[in-house]
Amino acid sequence: MAVAIENLTVTDALEKLNAGIFTSVELTQAVIDAIREKDPDLCAYLSVDTDQALARAAEADQERASGGQGRLLGVPLAVKDVLNVKGQPCTCASRLLRGYTSPYDATAIARLRAEGAVFLGRTNMDEFAMGSTTENSAFKQTRNPAALDYVPGGSSGGSAAAVAGGEALAALGTDTGGSIRQPASFCGCVGLKPTYGRISRYGLTAFASSLDQIGSMTRSVRDAALLLEVMSGHDRMDSTSVDVSVPAYSEKLRDDLQGVRLGLPKEYFIEGMDPAVEQAVRAAVARCRDLGAEVVDVSLPHTDYAIATYYIIATAEASANLARFDGVRYGTRAEGATDPIDMYGKTRAAGFGDEVKRRIILGTYVLSSGYYDAYYLSAQKMRTLIRADFEKAFEECDALLTPVAPTPAYRIGEKATDPLQMYLGDVFTVTANLAGICGISVPCGATSDGLPVGLQILGPAFGEESILGVGHAFEQSLHGDD
Amino acid sequence: MVMIERVVTGPLVPGNDMTDDSAMKYVPTIGLEVHVQLRTASKMFCACSTEFGAEPNTHVCPVCLGYPGAMPVMNGRAIELTVRTGLMIGSEISGFSKFDRKSYFYPDMPKNYQISQYDKPLCLGGEVEADDEGRLVRVRIHRIHLEEDVAKNMHFQSASGIDFNRAGTPLMEIVTEPDMHSAADAYAFLQALKQIVAYAGVSDCNLEEGNIRCDVNVSVCPESQSELGTKAEIKNMNTFKGVYSAVGYEIERQIAVLEGGGRVVQETRRWDPDREVTSSMRTKEDEHDYRYFPEPDLMPVVLDPLQVNSWKESLPEAPRARRERMVDAYGIPDYDAGVLAAERSVADFFEAAAKASNNPKAVSNWIMTEMLRLLSEANVSIEAIPVTPKALAGLVALVDAGRINSNTAKDVFAELFEQGGDPEVIVKEKGLLQVSDTDAIEAFADQAISENPQSVDDYRGGKKAALQFLVGQVMRLSRGKANPQMVAKLLAEKM
Amino acid sequence: MSTQQNGPDGIDVGYVAHLARMVLTEEETSRFQSQLEDVVGYVKKINEVDLGDIEPTAHAVRIQNVFRDDAVCEGLDHDTVMANAPQVIQEQFQVPKIVE
Repeated sequence: MAVAIENLTVTDALEKLNAGIFTSVELTQAVIDAIREKDPDLCAYLSVDTDQALARAAEADQERASGGQGRLLGVPLAVKDVLNVKGQPCTCASRLLRGYTSPYDATAIARLRAEGAVFLGRTNMDEFAMGSTTENSAFKQTRNPAALDYVPGGSSGGSAAAVAGGEALAALGTDTGGSIRQPASFCGCVGLKPTYGRISRYGLTAFASSLDQIGSMTRSVRDAALLLEVMSGHDRMDSTSVDVSVPAYSEKLRDDLQGVRLGLPKEYFIEGMDPAVEQAVRAAVARCRDLGAEVVDVSLPHTDYAIATYYIIATAEASANLARFDGVRYGTRAEGATDPIDMYGKTRAAGFGDEVKRRIILGTYVLSSGYYDAYYLSAQKMRTLIRADFEKAFEECDALLTPVAPTPAYRIGEKATDPLQMYLGDVFTVTANLAGICGISVPCGATSDGLPVGLQILGPAFGEESILGVGHAFEQSLHGDD
Repeated sequence: MVMIERVVTGPLVPGNDMTDDSAMKYVPTIGLEVHVQLRTASKMFCACSTEFGAEPNTHVCPVCLGYPGAMPVMNGRAIELTVRTGLMIGSEISGFSKFDRKSYFYPDMPKNYQISQYDKPLCLGGEVEADDEGRLVRVRIHRIHLEEDVAKNMHFQSASGIDFNRAGTPLMEIVTEPDMHSAADAYAFLQALKQIVAYAGVSDCNLEEGNIRCDVNVSVCPESQSELGTKAEIKNMNTFKGVYSAVGYEIERQIAVLEGGGRVVQETRRWDPDREVTSSMRTKEDEHDYRYFPEPDLMPVVLDPLQVNSWKESLPEAPRARRERMVDAYGIPDYDAGVLAAERSVADFFEAAAKASNNPKAVSNWIMTEMLRLLSEANVSIEAIPVTPKALAGLVALVDAGRINSNTAKDVFAELFEQGGDPEVIVKEKGLLQVSDTDAIEAFADQAISENPQSVDDYRGGKKAALQFLVGQVMRLSRGKANPQMVAKLLAEKM
Repeated sequence: MSTQQNGPDGIDVGYVAHLARMVLTEEETSRFQSQLEDVVGYVKKINEVDLGDIEPTAHAVRIQNVFRDDAVCEGLDHDTVMANAPQVIQEQFQVPKIVE
């Protein structure tokens, strides 16, 4: 049968697979067909492994027939091209990693695979996850499914566009400073950035190791909970993963907000915010109140320093993390080098795009002799203050409600020439990464042009249960209006 | 313990004989950074084998190849071995220690940063006492930190090749204070350090396999000057003799530069063991801008003092302390104790044998001569041979009781070395017991006297040397087993 | 290019790019110089706050002593590893000749 996947969630798909309404092969084929039809416009994918995916889907169907119980058995997923999947490319949307075939599974991928997930294709992104528009991909420009002339956000723009645009039921992304939540907001899907240490980073090509976290793009909060459940948990391969038990998130979702205290940080409702965004978020806050939540004002006084802190720490770590891309062991090497230094210089000049070069230079600078204390050390201290702000705020409330970004999606090319202006757009998302807490972006409305707007719900470290609860209650109340 | 003050003036190095009173005298100063590969089964940050000599690029994984997404996890054993080394030399063990990234680009560096320790090393301070032919050399230790080794470069006609098997092997870096003042000091220090590290079981200490490598900082300054001179660093030395020669050369070179009115340049130099010279490596200044920052993929090390204490309590005695104790306990000469204590397993063997014997000096003699010679000929360790300390003690007892003579004993020892066993049983089975039975010896003596009338006459005529000839005859007749003293006595009586 | 040219407060893109082993064109150097001067000027604002006694945060989680046992596991298959190499010489990763 032809499977309608346009609005299909993972949860729905699993019900229908289990009920025998369609098979994994049929479902996977439907997604492949959707990609064939839509991707020439959306450009969400960098590569699709059709044969392998269909073969895996057929295996899943057999497993199901013989009583297989995998929690994601036969569900096709899209993966941001920054995560290692054995036997697949992992270009990070960079010319430098053309030719690299991953010989191993990231831990998160291995856990999804163990539950029967099918890895269908790899989604576009800003090169090495550096950017907020997916304009920094070396290969293609992903478009916003809501308006093709607009950016999908970034850096996980391909994943967001695929999920929102009907080319995937769900996708994996990564979030270093908002790279899941912001494209989810721009494209109109649910984007979850878990707590740092919740999901192993092993196999995630590092941008900024102390900030990176794997998460999901889904069509429902319930799906986000389901994927989180599978991917979470301690991993001996990642020394920064935390040994905290994994709740059955998808069984603990709420339908109302009775007894929940929600905080509104005043620093997140600032002048210069797009009025349509502010209106949508304020309406969402009112809705949460209607659902029974108590809403209190809180303050995160060091918010104004977050962008500066973030761009120092993230670029410093990136400058070291990206040093390994030198054309010696894998990837694409520039021709005609006379000695190793020449080889590095040419390979990295030809292999990296402008934004990556800029950030490597900035990160190298802030760590270089004589500058460390003024930049990196100060930023680490500021990080302590930003973190303390959140700890204090969470003494007063269970979760925070904020906008995801000051604006909705903008036109492709609109901000491409002014890096600093682009960086300032990350103001509401970088804080969660600096503090190591969790956050989710849930669609809460649209501008008059039909551009989606997301509501950001931030929770304390390992407070996923509460943000998923709030997100789910809010989402269900919107559906009730339909 | 006798303290011997080091003399820093005068001829310190062969060929640096500044005895001419009119010449300015110079004080050389040497500091070492010694890299010791730890004895672990797996690498520092991944589970690949540290086995030496495998086919190129066969002990590799995403972590030690610096693949995208790979992450390091600390080998707890490497932490323990480093701390044990620190405890052996009296370091303070840091309550809080961490790893940092040291950035520089080189083809043998899989990530183009090395995971090392910058400002919070595992061990701080300490001291090594070394012995240079009876002269005490004391070298303070600045710090010990842990890092990962780099890969191996191979040079071909028109290109180089990289083998990552070694990349990520745990490497302990021991940094000394600039307390050495001659090539001999440096050499003695390295020997003493190697003994300590080997005693602690921390490293295989195999120099041929590059288990111990060091960077040598050398400077000289006029005797009248209080601050140190400009130093040159000689990189990547992998033999102690090389260090000795390179330090000697470098001291002479720097003195010659100063004598010629020049200035020593701060630089990195390479030792050419064939030409026996150092030469400049032309490094750029920016290569020292290492951009250290805390390794975000690794968590701090906060050692439990109880754990550190339990390691401390299980430490072996240090080689120097052991040497002194063995002199006291067994009454052997200091020289013997030095030879025996140089290797922990040899000292263990000695002590076990000495305890089972009434004659520790004889035990020491056996080990220092026969045993070490045979071990070196067979190129095996003392743990790998079948002879037991008890057997050696038994052999010594047989000799002391006059039950076998010393030539027989050597043959028995050779047999023990090859086959093991009980010396008592061996001599009995082979009929090697010395014949002290008067009747048997009398029969041989009578035979010798009757077969050699000329010698009997000579002896009676006053030629005492003739007795020795007749003793030899008796020994031959007894196939070496007769007790020579008893034979001489009997012959003299009979004649 | 042995030291940074712009004094203690400025960024010297040429020097830093060399440290990071990236050969930039003149056009890139001057464009990045002006863009990054803006960014550096902006990020300096963190020093508006007195941060003297504050403990730096290096990690988002507060855990310590994460060790693994010293046990060997099989690594990657040699052929798989070499298949990713841009250039191979005698089962090793080939690079232009290293001259020390």
